[in-house]
Amino acid sequence: AENEPSWETPCSELLVYVSTPGCDAFPSLDSKESYKLSVSKGSMLLSAETIWGALRGLETFSQLVGRDENGTYYINETEIVDFPRFPHRGLLLDTSRHYLPLRAILETLDVMAYNKFNVFHWHIVDDPSFPYESSTFPELSKQGAFNAVTHVYTASDVRTVIEHARLRGIRVIVEFDTPGHTLSWGPGAPGLLTPCYMGKVPSGVYGPINPIVNSTYQFVTRLFQEVSTVFPDFFLHLGGDEVDFTCWQSNPEIRAFMKERGFGEDYKKLESFYIQRLLDIVSSLGKGYIVWQEVFDNDVKLRPDTIIHVWKDNNLEYLKEMANVTRSGYQALLSAPWYLNRISYGQDWIEAYKVEPLHFEGSPEQKALVMGGEACMWGEYVDVTNLTPRLWPRGGAVAERLWSNATVRDLEDAYTRLAAFRCTLLGRGVQAQPLYVGYCDHEFGGV
Amino acid sequence: SCRTMGRAMGLAGLLLGLVVLPAVLVSTSLRHGAPRTEAEPEPSGWELAADAVPEDSLWPLPQWVRTYPRQLQLAPSRFQLVHGAGSSAGPGCGLLQDAFRRYYEYMFGYSLRRTWGSRPLAARGEPELFELQVVIEAGDPGCDGHPHLTSNEAYHLTVTEPVAVLKAPEVWGALRGLETFSQLVYEDDYGSFLVNESEINDFPRFAHRGVLLDTSRHYLPLKSILTNLDAMAFNKFNVLHWHIVDDQSFPYQSIYFPELSDKGAYSSNLIYTPTDVRLVIEYARLRGIRVIPEFDTPGHTQSWGKGQKDLLTPCYSGGQPTGSFGPVNPVWNTTYDFMATFFKEISSVFPDEFIHLGGDEVDFSCWKSNPEVKQFMKKQGFGIDYAKLESYYVQNILDIVSSYNKGQMVWQEVFDHKAQLKPDTVVQVWMANNYAHELSSVTGAGFTAVLSAPWYLDYISYGQDWKKYYTVEPLNFPGSEKQKKLLIGGEACLWGEFVDATNLTPRLWPRASAVGERLWSSSNVTNLQDAYKRLTKHRCRML
Repeated sequence: AENEPSWETPCSELLVYVSTPGCDAFPSLDSKESYKLSVSKGSMLLSAETIWGALRGLETFSQLVGRDENGTYYINETEIVDFPRFPHRGLLLDTSRHYLPLRAILETLDVMAYNKFNVFHWHIVDDPSFPYESSTFPELSKQGAFNAVTHVYTASDVRTVIEHARLRGIRVIVEFDTPGHTLSWGPGAPGLLTPCYMGKVPSGVYGPINPIVNSTYQFVTRLFQEVSTVFPDFFLHLGGDEVDFTCWQSNPEIRAFMKERGFGEDYKKLESFYIQRLLDIVSSLGKGYIVWQEVFDNDVKLRPDTIIHVWKDNNLEYLKEMANVTRSGYQALLSAPWYLNRISYGQDWIEAYKVEPLHFEGSPEQKALVMGGEACMWGEYVDVTNLTPRLWPRGGAVAERLWSNATVRDLEDAYTRLAAFRCTLLGRGVQAQPLYVGYCDHEFGGV
Repeated sequence: SCRTMGRAMGLAGLLLGLVVLPAVLVSTSLRHGAPRTEAEPEPSGWELAADAVPEDSLWPLPQWVRTYPRQLQLAPSRFQLVHGAGSSAGPGCGLLQDAFRRYYEYMFGYSLRRTWGSRPLAARGEPELFELQVVIEAGDPGCDGHPHLTSNEAYHLTVTEPVAVLKAPEVWGALRGLETFSQLVYEDDYGSFLVNESEINDFPRFAHRGVLLDTSRHYLPLKSILTNLDAMAFNKFNVLHWHIVDDQSFPYQSIYFPELSDKGAYSSNLIYTPTDVRLVIEYARLRGIRVIPEFDTPGHTQSWGKGQKDLLTPCYSGGQPTGSFGPVNPVWNTTYDFMATFFKEISSVFPDEFIHLGGDEVDFSCWKSNPEVKQFMKKQGFGIDYAKLESYYVQNILDIVSSYNKGQMVWQEVFDHKAQLKPDTVVQVWMANNYAHELSSVTGAGFTAVLSAPWYLDYISYGQDWKKYYTVEPLNFPGSEKQKKLLIGGEACLWGEFVDATNLTPRLWPRASAVGERLWSSSNVTNLQDAYKRLTKHRCRML
């Protein structure tokens, strides 16, 4: 009919041009994710330095394709030049507080890619359960998993996750958090944890890893030898947070050790003693490490390329912490304002979006030490029944804050785009929850 | 319905929609370990089997339970749910037949060993339980009827060899008893089905135990609603308060006024056809659940105006209509003609004796701006008290609905603004501020009340908030014995601003279960540790 738009000749191919080879490589902190996208009459070209940039560009391209009321697919003439603001844009999943079946992890990786997240921080074990099947220490999961058969990640599962992630340009940084958060390690590694005392007698309860016995360091060496081989990323997350000193304090052997070493009553020194030895072990295995902020706060001697993960959020103290960490010359990752497990009524994605990671007092060199950040989905109240709606589209707010330019802050525009993106997610079969009232052309079809 | 947001989309709407969080982000320290301040009961995975007792799996806790150590075995291939001798119901009772099939599936369906052989049970030594006989005691069992506020949901369950007996005055009690029986059956390490000898006497503390679903802020597909009805039955809820339309969308396909959904639904496929509605009502009936529809007026009606011209009040500014509309126009006769026809339809489509008429959060500003309305106020001698105009409107609707022999439920404002209610009008108390005082007022004035204020489950927060729903004591308000009898129950509300099929089920359950037990079980069932133990088991069972 006369009024129909005259479609240009249908575009038949998107040419993808990558200048640096490396299809079989793993992404790293230094990977270049920039790309250029050019859509014009007769040609569609995606060019990137690396395959990682090509992946990002393909996602963007897929978001540009529209469909009109007749069902015709179309794309507008477009010019895009894109690159991430921060190189480390991560998501933490906790598979210890609740086991997450493999498909849940793989689906999360898919949606991470839609959001241009590039780090999967796998908080794989913790107090409640130890689902990681270790080849060196099979008893760890046999005794420590919720169910040693059904609630574990086999070596094959782990390989699947790593490869699924790699194909999406996502690094897998595993966290074996010590010396605290290790109760589930105890049953499979007798003698590893500190026996707590009630007066002169062991109470039967255990505390953090025992830092004063050599067997601990032998164990840790062998475990991390395995972990270093299994996980190809240069970085390992070593945890180091929330160490409860009461058990150490109750143990007479530890008290004797403290005296012997002249640590007095300062158990932070004992914690540092352990952490330092752990860091040396991990270094000698050729890995870099990320640690939670306590390790920095407690004056542990760190390697210059240590990354400090800032997570404590009391009254925006995290900005001060970011300043302190970077002023001391360390690289920093921000998670404190992005604890997505902390749900609340209303559009809390807005608060996550408004965060400005560099909004602290510091020189440009300092600010350059901020590598990025991570949205965290701790698992105390999360399992496969509610993971996806709780994670998306709220996680998208963090994704944009970490990728896009600092000036991209308009809330109304963000709402419009994020709400539309949420509908796109639904169309891709993702159980993303609504931002606010309304509807999508394709509503969620599952249960 | 307690939101001041929701009028406009866009920034204004979304900023209004954002409730500033109180202490959550300003807590002493946001640990990502298990919060050490809460004394968490250990997860049941660590329980020794020897410590577990059969009552550990019951939710809500029956009024009177005795279990014995003696175990009976059930063979899926032989065990049957049957009508007992002397029951007034038989195979012609579709409701019970459906329930028998359903509960058989719940108990044995997920086991892979449902072979239809007659192999004798593995040598366990326990006697076999062959059947559960269901005996309905009343002359008319009520199989083809709909549940009412006054239905009898009591039941008596005796589990002993060789047959268990479930006696109930009416089929509604049998449904509750079947749910309880299914909660008593468990599997041992070998996969054998066992049940302990027990005797249970049970009835609900409150007669009105509801869940409110909002299908206007977001459309809920049928599957979502039906799954929710299943979950309600697992928790012995007996009322679905269907807040079906509101400002944002009108998904109800009306027979007399098809334009309402044609123009007012989010889109043409996001509607509830008469067939859909019938399906919901029947699905609910088979589970002993009443469906009380809410057509909220005069406020919360923006979507009605799309398909019904001259229903809503045109707002004015500087003597000119602005193009936007306010609540339903109370001064035109056509309004009441429309409502009379509309509610005639509703009265025949929905079999429950009650219809919820809403009446909450009426914004007077548009009425105040409209010259015709102002003139009407003068003529009626209402002065500048627009609450009187609201009451004038509401009273007319109450009369209309009464004439169709339906009872009415209203939100508390209708009572607060002193409209003249019918003696059996039920007032739903939803405002959180000092709700105990409101309960006193409502019941003190002789009206029945339903409590929702402390149970707005759409108000999510971090942590185990089920506990705060569980610890509500509905009768904790100043009043005489007679007054307290007027509190007939409560409803857990899941408003839809931030809820649709993607997150409804995990958001509602098992948090609503806490409300379910509070409304069913005895008032002295308050131990949080025990509740945690039973609720975690119940949750796994619901999965």
